[in-house]
Amino acid sequence: MHFEDTPEEAAFRAKARAWLEANAELRGPDDAAADLLGERADEETIRRAKEWQAKKADAGWACLTWPKEYGGQGLGRMENVVFNQEEAKFKLPPNIYAIGHGMLGPTLIAHGTEEQKTKYLPNMIRGSEVWCQAFSEPDAGSDLAALRTSAVRDGDEWILNGQKIWCTGAQYCEWGMLPARSDPNATKHAGLTYFIVDMHTPGIEIRPIKQINGGQAFNEIFFSDVRIPDSNRLGAEGDGWGVAITTLMNERLSIGSGGMGGRFRDLMRLARELRRNGKPAIQDSAVRQKLADIYIRSKGIQYTGYRTLSALSRGGTPGPEGSIGKAVGAPLLQEIAAFAVELQGPMGGVADQAAAPQEGSWQESYLSAPGMRIAGGTDEILKNIIAERVLQLPPEIRVDKNKPFRDIPTGPPGK
Amino acid sequence: MNLEFSEDQQFVQQTARDYLSEYASPEVCRAVMESDKPYDADLWKGVAEMGWLGATVPEEFGGAGLGYLELVLIAEELGRALAPIPFSSSVYLATEALLIAGSEEQRQKYLPQLCSGELIGTFAFAEGPGDLETDAVATDYADGKLNGEKIPVLDGDAAGVAAVLARSSAGPSLVLVDLEGEGVTRTVLESFDPSRSQAKISFSGAPAELLGEEGQGADLTSRLLDRAAVLMGFEQIGGAERTLELTREFTMGRYTFGRPVASYQALKHRLADLYAAIQVATSNGYYAAWALSEDNDELPVSACSTRVAASDAFCLGAEEMIQMHGGVGFTWEYDCHLFFRRAKLLSLALGSPSAWREKLIQRLEASDAA
Repeated sequence: MHFEDTPEEAAFRAKARAWLEANAELRGPDDAAADLLGERADEETIRRAKEWQAKKADAGWACLTWPKEYGGQGLGRMENVVFNQEEAKFKLPPNIYAIGHGMLGPTLIAHGTEEQKTKYLPNMIRGSEVWCQAFSEPDAGSDLAALRTSAVRDGDEWILNGQKIWCTGAQYCEWGMLPARSDPNATKHAGLTYFIVDMHTPGIEIRPIKQINGGQAFNEIFFSDVRIPDSNRLGAEGDGWGVAITTLMNERLSIGSGGMGGRFRDLMRLARELRRNGKPAIQDSAVRQKLADIYIRSKGIQYTGYRTLSALSRGGTPGPEGSIGKAVGAPLLQEIAAFAVELQGPMGGVADQAAAPQEGSWQESYLSAPGMRIAGGTDEILKNIIAERVLQLPPEIRVDKNKPFRDIPTGPPGK
Repeated sequence: MNLEFSEDQQFVQQTARDYLSEYASPEVCRAVMESDKPYDADLWKGVAEMGWLGATVPEEFGGAGLGYLELVLIAEELGRALAPIPFSSSVYLATEALLIAGSEEQRQKYLPQLCSGELIGTFAFAEGPGDLETDAVATDYADGKLNGEKIPVLDGDAAGVAAVLARSSAGPSLVLVDLEGEGVTRTVLESFDPSRSQAKISFSGAPAELLGEEGQGADLTSRLLDRAAVLMGFEQIGGAERTLELTREFTMGRYTFGRPVASYQALKHRLADLYAAIQVATSNGYYAAWALSEDNDELPVSACSTRVAASDAFCLGAEEMIQMHGGVGFTWEYDCHLFFRRAKLLSLALGSPSAWREKLIQRLEASDAA
């Protein structure tokens, strides 16, 4: 057992580093971390992000783990992580491909037909086409399988009606993936089918949602008699839940393994610069105890991610264990941001980038953190997954089991 | 990066698990707890025969010549079994002290006996309530004689030899003392966990010899405690895993309101939290175990992280174990309190988690400045 690079990994790291240095600028200690969700993605940002992705694809640094025949590099997960670690040290446009590359591409690779893979993967890799995920609905979030956007077969086509919500980046995406209800007479999970949808199809309306942090990463998508060719069905009719699970497992893995190493250094710096009880805050024992706890948990999930990666690199698909990184990491992010804001005293309530320490980044973090605890599986759902799938505790008592979907009780219509 | 233990290492762990499930059942722990015996002598003999006492000791001194990656896995199993033996004191502390600071002569003299189990060792550093202040230690060493009082000393009444942190004219120093020799008085203390004994040891002109260089006691103590923190951390992780398993088993079988109590989210989510706490400890532990096995610069910080995370996980597991068992968890008859006692004892034995958090930040500050 060892944590350092193997000679092969070290050589790969050096090669990646050399290419990055020749093509991008290193991030300085004061440069803000990347806007991960692309929440401030204006046209110029999207253009730069696409340009960077194309550059990577041309040089063979895009979608490293994907099969070569579709434009990937056929490398292992370990190389992918090594490249991501190095790339994170550079000043780059936001990653608008996190969902496409992290979740949807792997879903397509796992469940797509040869024709679908050939058609979509190369442009996904090159980044000329951006993909979004349309999963949740107003009445189906944690209980995703309760979704009711309908897909009705009409010859070689499907007609979609309904509403999706919390779709990150939908406003600038060319393609989307979604599960829809193809059979309301079947039981909840059995009546779903998974589709690829051209986001420019007539009948699709996209409305951005303004978040509490002022960003607009999320959208509502309304489908009104949207026609999708059957060739855009991913997986068999009625197998939508299984396909969706592949997407979700990859999602938790990609969120969970993010880590927050860089931010700990910022937090230490903040504690050195600010004062508490007449001395630098870093000298206050309560501050020190808290910093230690934060460090230990951050490292704990970082290394847990490495353990998962190490196991995955020897074969296997992401399992329920991947949920730990997000279950621990998301609340931890909120705790860190709350602590950093508290350290600032009255200034903690000032979001003004020119006045607040570290350009108001902690105020921004504090306002963003609640979203991390909800998106991609709430804390509570993740704990259910750990409890039921890892610890094999009894499942929740289900009143919706073995009933046709249309007979399942629902609450009154939302506002 | 490769975070898998090798097949040979996994075999060592499986062997340990099989052995301990046969010879270190909870009844063995309970028997020590309910008697005046400081430890279970048969089990001690057994683990000596298994070669665990000298796992990392070179073969020339009677050891098995294995590595620390094997030893942490053995430690994890001992923790799961709540083995009532002075393993941590003799192996992680006394043996390690000789390995890092002993002269050739001292190693020749003591290591073979420690490996065979005929001699038990310990490390006496505490001098009363509160966390250790290495520079303020009062026990005095001069002209080959030791004077002062150490309390508490884990396994102090079982041990035949002790490494002692003392003060000499050159500053804090480590010395070796024969606990059965003249000038040594031992008083058995009522232990919070009676399956691990504790003593007060008074030295009155007891003959002692330097262990390592005079005046280097602070640095040696710090290094020694780091190493022990990693090894004991795996015992704690093993104990924590066991609390989760046993609590899971109990709550699956116990019904209230017509359903298993394990089916309530109020419990499921807390068991998931416990699982996550154990993973945080285990992952920090892996990193520290690697650092220890390579003896690299990552050890000082990762030892602190492991110490805190493993202490927290085991204490959380033991507390939840009693709570989720309900009333029976509070009875002497059920084993919950064995875990509850051991978890707290181990979390304090090498200094409190708070003290280790403080040490962690000191070390991060130092490495940041460098």
